[in-house]
Amino acid sequence: MNAPTVWIIVPMVFGVLLLFINNQRVLSVLGGLIAVVLALIAQFIPIEVAMKFGSFSLKIDSSLIVLGRVLLIQPAEGSLLSLIYGAAALWFFGAEASKTATRLVPMGFMIIALMVAAIAVQPFLYAALFIEMAILIAIPMLTSIYAPPGRGVLRFLIYQTLAMPFILVAGWLLAGVEASPGDLALTAQSAAMLGMGFAFLLAIFPLYNWIPLLLEESSPYVVGFLLWILPTVTIIFGAGFLDRYSWLRSSPQLILALRYLGLLMVVTGGGFAAFQRHLGRIMAYGSIAETGFSLLALSLDFKLGIPILFLLIPARALGLAVWSLSLTVIKENVEAMRFGAARGVLRITPLAGAGMIVAALSTSAFPLLAGFPARLALWESLSRISLSSALWMAIGIIGLLTSAFRSLAVISMAEEYTTWKPRENRTQMLMLGLGMIGLFVLGLFPQTLQFFLANLPLMFEHLGR
Amino acid sequence: MAITFAWIAVILLVITSTGLLLIHDWRWSIILLAMQYLGMFVLTLQHWPLSMASVKVVAGWMSAAILGMTRSGLSNEDPLEESIWPRGRLFRLFAAVIVLLIVAVVTPGVDNIMADAGFAVTNGSLLLIGMGLLHLGITARILPVIMGLMTVLAGFEILYSSVEGSVLVAALLAVINLGLALVGSYLMLAASRQETEST
Repeated sequence: MNAPTVWIIVPMVFGVLLLFINNQRVLSVLGGLIAVVLALIAQFIPIEVAMKFGSFSLKIDSSLIVLGRVLLIQPAEGSLLSLIYGAAALWFFGAEASKTATRLVPMGFMIIALMVAAIAVQPFLYAALFIEMAILIAIPMLTSIYAPPGRGVLRFLIYQTLAMPFILVAGWLLAGVEASPGDLALTAQSAAMLGMGFAFLLAIFPLYNWIPLLLEESSPYVVGFLLWILPTVTIIFGAGFLDRYSWLRSSPQLILALRYLGLLMVVTGGGFAAFQRHLGRIMAYGSIAETGFSLLALSLDFKLGIPILFLLIPARALGLAVWSLSLTVIKENVEAMRFGAARGVLRITPLAGAGMIVAALSTSAFPLLAGFPARLALWESLSRISLSSALWMAIGIIGLLTSAFRSLAVISMAEEYTTWKPRENRTQMLMLGLGMIGLFVLGLFPQTLQFFLANLPLMFEHLGR
Repeated sequence: MAITFAWIAVILLVITSTGLLLIHDWRWSIILLAMQYLGMFVLTLQHWPLSMASVKVVAGWMSAAILGMTRSGLSNEDPLEESIWPRGRLFRLFAAVIVLLIVAVVTPGVDNIMADAGFAVTNGSLLLIGMGLLHLGITARILPVIMGLMTVLAGFEILYSSVEGSVLVAALLAVINLGLALVGSYLMLAASRQETEST
């Protein structure tokens, strides 16, 4: 048995098999349980270590050869797999409440398998091909065959597809830079290619206009899932480039570019969120700001930045899950998610309304919530390097906070004497309640995550050590 | 001899990619797309063996067939057609000429960067990338968008074949081309539902 089979091929096969099940509850529970089992195996069964169970011996090899290339999952990547599949379990368990299990669970498994393949493939720049395949699988997940696709889906497909050629060519050019480090022209060309590729993949300003459109057109829960998995794996893939090439790692221009791009994402994300009048678009800009925080973490001294980057991942997963599930429930109960139509919705979807606000506040670094510890560490580290950068980050956060409080005002602004008539079903209440408790637990006791996060920087050879 | 064939393929690509921009009839578009993959095959053959280069043309033709079969089952109107886009043939021809000029200018530089892939290969590749991007920029209809993406990818694949000969990459790129065609078919079918319901 080998690790790529367990965490890539098996989930892929499960994804295909689950396509034949139509029951939302069965899919949700089955998918969640499979993901939990995969997460537990990743966390507790070490790779490349023989384990004896009586007369039976078990060893998970780290590599699998496919068409002359290697899929390699290193022992240090066990915690990352555990985090990814653990978060996937969270999304899959919540899929029933959002009534998207028939699309999210089977295709979600396939997408996660491809994203893990993107982390595992050697040479690592081939990851762009696996990410593109995941994008293609995401399209049927985002659109229904019974409804016309919107502009957001087409833009998503175009922008993400255009990323692949840039990354592949950049990878080839980078090999040339490694061979002749003095060639400045080649260095600039490869850096430009790489920058364009990641700008498309991570939806960096101004290439993120598909995100608000998607959140207007498609199920918020499905979009939320993609806004979690795609940037998370892409950032790790990007960090892999920094780890692999010393000239990139030590380039002050690249670090500055990462910082300015991160700030641009946080400030525009927060700024635009503050002026939106659509609950879905506010989440879209919140997720854009989240990507900005990750870029800012990468721009710090790697010993500080990489642990902060990993600390951002669980908060992002849980925050987006609660936020998107809340929006899905609200969308079910209102005509549109515009402020005018969603006024007073707290009276009919109290938990969903509360979930949306708590998740928005968590993204806005509100104290005691999951997003706070990572953002505080990020802000503190950033202020040591540049006070003006820390100030800009604060402006972005103020924008996000404004959007959260505006949303709160709108959803609680009901007609006088309107009675409370909650319409959420039991599953939705349970999942939203657990999600909100999770956001508070991660905010109050961030050290609980150390069990998963402590060894994650070891997956890189040079970063974070 | 091989170089002559390569330049003939480039001329074929000029005709097909410009034709894809100018012609609105989906039948002709599918035929042009299939011919484009033939030109791509000839250019890929400059660096890859026949067995591997034929993967490109087979995958491309299969993709064209998938799109054609789906489109043939739908009505003639494309529900996502938008009138705000510039649609005049003269405008498109003018834009195509500008792309051709830009490609002619940048070909030597790119050829130098791409380990002397060959002028014809680089020229054909950049031509497809440029025309594909132009196509993506002036349409919001599903079939042309998918064809535009396939054109950009075809251009990239030609250039990339000169520096990368991995079987895995060839296989994954073929899967991506087929996947793109399937996604295009899915989106066309989804778009046609609204039209069916409204009539």
